[in-house]
Amino acid sequence: MTPAPVRLRRPGGDFDAVPVAPAVHWIGALDPTLRSFDIILKTANGTTYNSYCVRGSEGVAVIDTVKAEFADEFFTRLEQVTRYDEITTIVLNHLEPDHTGALPELLRRAPHARLYISHRAPLMLKGLLKYDGETLDFTTVSQGDTVSLGDRTLRFIHTPFLHWPDTQCTYIVEDGILFSGDIFGCHFCDTRLFNDQVGDFRFSFEYYYQHIMRPFREHVLTALPFIEALDLKLICPAHGPIHRDAPRGYVNRYRQLAAPLLANEAGQRDKTLVIFYISAYGNTAMMAQAVKDGAESVEGVRVSVYDLQGGEVTPFVDLIEEADGLAIGSPTINGDAVKPVWDLLSCLTQVPLKGKLGAAFGSYGWSGEAVGMVEDRLRGLKLRVPCAGIKLKLIPTGEELAECHAFGRELALHLTGRATFRVIDMAELA
Amino acid sequence: MPKAQVLFEDIGVAVTVPAGTRLIEVSEKVGAGITYGCREGECGTCMMKIVSGMENLATPSMLETKVLQEQMASRHNRLACQAQVLQGKVVVRPG
Repeated sequence: MTPAPVRLRRPGGDFDAVPVAPAVHWIGALDPTLRSFDIILKTANGTTYNSYCVRGSEGVAVIDTVKAEFADEFFTRLEQVTRYDEITTIVLNHLEPDHTGALPELLRRAPHARLYISHRAPLMLKGLLKYDGETLDFTTVSQGDTVSLGDRTLRFIHTPFLHWPDTQCTYIVEDGILFSGDIFGCHFCDTRLFNDQVGDFRFSFEYYYQHIMRPFREHVLTALPFIEALDLKLICPAHGPIHRDAPRGYVNRYRQLAAPLLANEAGQRDKTLVIFYISAYGNTAMMAQAVKDGAESVEGVRVSVYDLQGGEVTPFVDLIEEADGLAIGSPTINGDAVKPVWDLLSCLTQVPLKGKLGAAFGSYGWSGEAVGMVEDRLRGLKLRVPCAGIKLKLIPTGEELAECHAFGRELALHLTGRATFRVIDMAELA
Repeated sequence: MPKAQVLFEDIGVAVTVPAGTRLIEVSEKVGAGITYGCREGECGTCMMKIVSGMENLATPSMLETKVLQEQMASRHNRLACQAQVLQGKVVVRPG
């Protein structure tokens, strides 16, 4: 079969498929007016939804699609490089709607094409398409599985949690081309498409990593060796510029970015506890100091105390990323923890937290709800909260400060694995 | 009434419970780090790891088995909102 003619790309050309390698085309969509992505990301010059068409001697593959609103643009480009009856393979590297919006229509137009998704993706596919389990046929793939297009082989590289459970990369073995999904991507819209031609997108690349990949740092470190081992001639991510010039530099940059922003000065020897507090009349501040003194009475624990009113959230998040434990002191005002505390807690999903120790304390005037609320939030963030928080009415007495000291000491014992296992009866629990 | 014991490894607490208690009934009260979503065995949010004592839990229902499969659970995982402690000692931690 003869492929449909390919129109040459012209700079700024609106709906042309763009050749990125022999018989490989970009068929995505440009979204230059987008200013906020997934609520959490600013997109100062929009984004692109990159999808690709790969032609082999015995088949044509479409890799990822676009956001639903841009489906017409995607199909216009796709039709320039293939007929629907030529498409044998559809690969989804990631199932978020910005990459799968055009999938239902593509499946309708190319019903014979085989759909390949990660073995972690079927539930998401079901949620997206609301199929009943019988009307949609697909193949799940795992690390190293391959699909042949004749003279070209697609190999799948399993990269879970970069940044969803289902994420994977697809690699053309013969050409050294990596379709990396959201990995190495960024929100940056430039019709010139290639990294050696577009404007300066370094900030967008780093910003994207910090917000999308950083929470999954351990998974980045797990996935990188599989990517670093590849012969990389071209990296084609799902958003932003295609890395044609020095593609390995972006892999190396991920290796650098996956290192902690702040080196852990305590090393392996000491455990670290960071205490953040805010205080209207100095009462919660007194508690914080007593908690610190108590924690420091345990050998092998390094404690730092910060007044939330004296700093910005971002560096505090960096501190927490590297700490073993986190204690938060908040007064209760109008039945709630105060806004600077919530501001900090709302930003903690940017960093890995699972398994860190968490604790809360605070002074209150009427009711003292803040401590329980903060503890619930810490548990929701998957920290372990082994010690019930301390809440004290107004000005702490010497005896109450001794309780705070003991609380800090108990936290430190838990941090160092020296706490005594408590045994209680369920009847004692409220 | 027969008793059993649940050890929450993440917070260092062992709770003696009446046989038949669901983990959800005790983990929240004691402040363990297991988090919950739907609380009805459908969302999988409360998947936990059974460190030891799996044999002391009631057999998972069809619903729980289906959700565990969907969540790619290992043979050490159960849903805290569904799992009932029947006897002996069970050691758990957030999944």
